[in-house]
Amino acid sequence: MKILVCISHVPDTTSKINFTENDTKFDTNGVQFVINPYDEFCLTRAMWFKEKQGASVTVINVGGSETEPTLRKALAIGADNAIRINTNPTDGIQVAKELAAVVKSGGYDLVLAGKESADYNGQMVPGMLATLTDFNFVNGCVGVEVADNKVTAIREIDGGNETLSSSLPIVLGGQKGIVEEKDLRIPNMRGIMMARKKPLEVVEPTTEGTLTNVGSFEKPAPKGAVKLVDADNVDELISLLHNEAKVI
Amino acid sequence: MSVLVFADSSEGKFKKSALEVVSYGKKVAEQLNTNVVALTINTTDASELYTYGAEKVISVTNDALNTFNAKQYAAVIIEAAKIQSATVVVIDSSTDGMYLAPIVAAKLDAGYASNTVALPSSTSPFTVKRKAFSNKAFSNTVITSEIKVIGLAKNSYGFHENAVAGVSETLDVTVAESGVVSEKIDKISDKVTIADADIVVSAGRGLKGPENWGMIEELADVLGAATACSKPVSDLGWRPHGEHVGQTGKPVASNLYIAIGISGAIQHLAGVNASKVKVVINTDPEAPFFKAADYGIVGDAFEVVPKLIEKLKAFKAS
Ligand SMILES: Cc1cc2nc3c(=O)[nH]c(=O)nc-3n(C[C@H](O)[C@H](O)[C@H](O)COP(=O)(O)OP(=O)(O)OC[C@H]3O[C@@H](n4cnc5c(N)ncnc54)[C@H](O)[C@@H]3O)c2cc1C
Ligand SMILES: Nc1ncnc2c1ncn2[C@@H]1O[C@H](COP(=O)(O)O)[C@@H](O)[C@H]1O
Repeated sequence: MKILVCISHVPDTTSKINFTENDTKFDTNGVQFVINPYDEFCLTRAMWFKEKQGASVTVINVGGSETEPTLRKALAIGADNAIRINTNPTDGIQVAKELAAVVKSGGYDLVLAGKESADYNGQMVPGMLATLTDFNFVNGCVGVEVADNKVTAIREIDGGNETLSSSLPIVLGGQKGIVEEKDLRIPNMRGIMMARKKPLEVVEPTTEGTLTNVGSFEKPAPKGAVKLVDADNVDELISLLHNEAKVI
Repeated sequence: MSVLVFADSSEGKFKKSALEVVSYGKKVAEQLNTNVVALTINTTDASELYTYGAEKVISVTNDALNTFNAKQYAAVIIEAAKIQSATVVVIDSSTDGMYLAPIVAAKLDAGYASNTVALPSSTSPFTVKRKAFSNKAFSNTVITSEIKVIGLAKNSYGFHENAVAGVSETLDVTVAESGVVSEKIDKISDKVTIADADIVVSAGRGLKGPENWGMIEELADVLGAATACSKPVSDLGWRPHGEHVGQTGKPVASNLYIAIGISGAIQHLAGVNASKVKVVINTDPEAPFFKAADYGIVGDAFEVVPKLIEKLKAFKAS
């Protein structure tokens, strides 16, 4: 089985979010970038398939050369090879179109992507990619098994789970549950050494596909200070929630 | 030209999000000097949508659509969008909405603005405000394509009555095989879900152990709220994974979020920032959650929560 894991390169969750150039660009100064947490879950599941069922695992990113350390980290975790599509994407459809070109020519059976990326929070790339490649698609996966050509995927729905059956080739949008937190791997020294020698192919973009762009960014209005209520006076809290906030 | 909204339903009843997308779509249609058309699948009485401004309701009835299937539902939306010459399509941000919207957008070659939180600030260029960076910022996104798909963030616009004399139409569709088949659905509980709840009562490691969740459930019961928890709590197995909220868990966009014994780590706050009103109960006045909250009590959950339950019961009874 040929597996492709889509890796988005995002600010670490504790990053301060600031903007430059009149609030049109994200300020990457001092920001540490990591593998998007959802993609890390997917990558770990891919490693499971590789080890338990036999599979090759390619990781891919659409981005500039600054994303290569993130791809190397994915290689250190155990992916076999990496591809970087050399462009700084402006929107989800552009990413999906670029990925679709590689997916179609590469003969992949299983494409794993995160349910959402922690930067622009698009929640759009996996569905668009599946549509453009005409692959089957399940989003929000918290479990997946592949036996022969048959795929059983579990997705989270409001208030429960749904089990779905499908076939390869398929795109899955994955999240925590596709593997558990404790199964995530930290690259060890040997992995890091080996990753340096693994192939990282840079390919040029093939499409011009943006349909949206960011005009500007803004930060939420500063919040007023918290109103403290005395622990012996919960009646006051109830009255504030009822009369002032009007939420109960 | 028209604005098409997908009014989602469950067992024939409209979801709250359906009323929100209709209210929103009506306003967008006004901005564009056109009409809003609501699409429904397998509902019997669509008149409720007129109350929120739907000038036209298109009803699709087909047994093959009884169970949600993203590709099949997307195909119906696409067909209706074509028939109505829709230039804007609005879809809610439920799990299912988020699943199908990218399919609709890719097929229609439409720019897609997910997680939109407000009406277009301009219709030319067409600009909407969206959540970004896990609720730490917003992006004003310009959609340049002719057709635009908007994913409306839950609870961001609310529902507003705007009664019109609507007309209804039916649409016959043929449902193609989708390649993905639903085998079974397991509902974890009959209680209100985090996604649907107006109020969410959430607790963290400050609760010490799973045996102490009785009072959290009781508080949630009194308020008609859903229960939630912080990540360590679900990692420790004190609560089911489905309850974990935050950056790597579920997002909460409720009207009221009550955080009990939760420190307010940035990854936790990322998932709850979209909630309107936040209340924190914590023994440590320095807990970061106090900076993010609207109301707070510095105190021991084991004393405050039982009192709160008792007083709320009295309040509800009065
Ligand atoms: C990549 C990454 C992703 C993450 N994603 C998430 C996420 O999605 N969601 C999430 O929640 N976390 C997430 N975390 C973890 C997060 O950083 C925090 O560790 C976590 O939120 C802390 O949970 P907590 O507040 O329950 O526990 P603690 O931080 O241990 O806080 C317990 C709180 O309870 C208070 N307390 C103690 N006793 C009492 C009492 N008797 N009454 C009242 N209060 C009391 C304490 O003062 C303290 O503030 C993530 C971390 C990383 C690195
Ligand atoms: N630039 C990118 N390169 C590779 N994969 C991406 C990129 N952006 C998004 N993805 C994948 O698509 C998923 C969802 O991203 P998004 O639609 O941006 O929320 C991510 O978790 C990644 O798996």
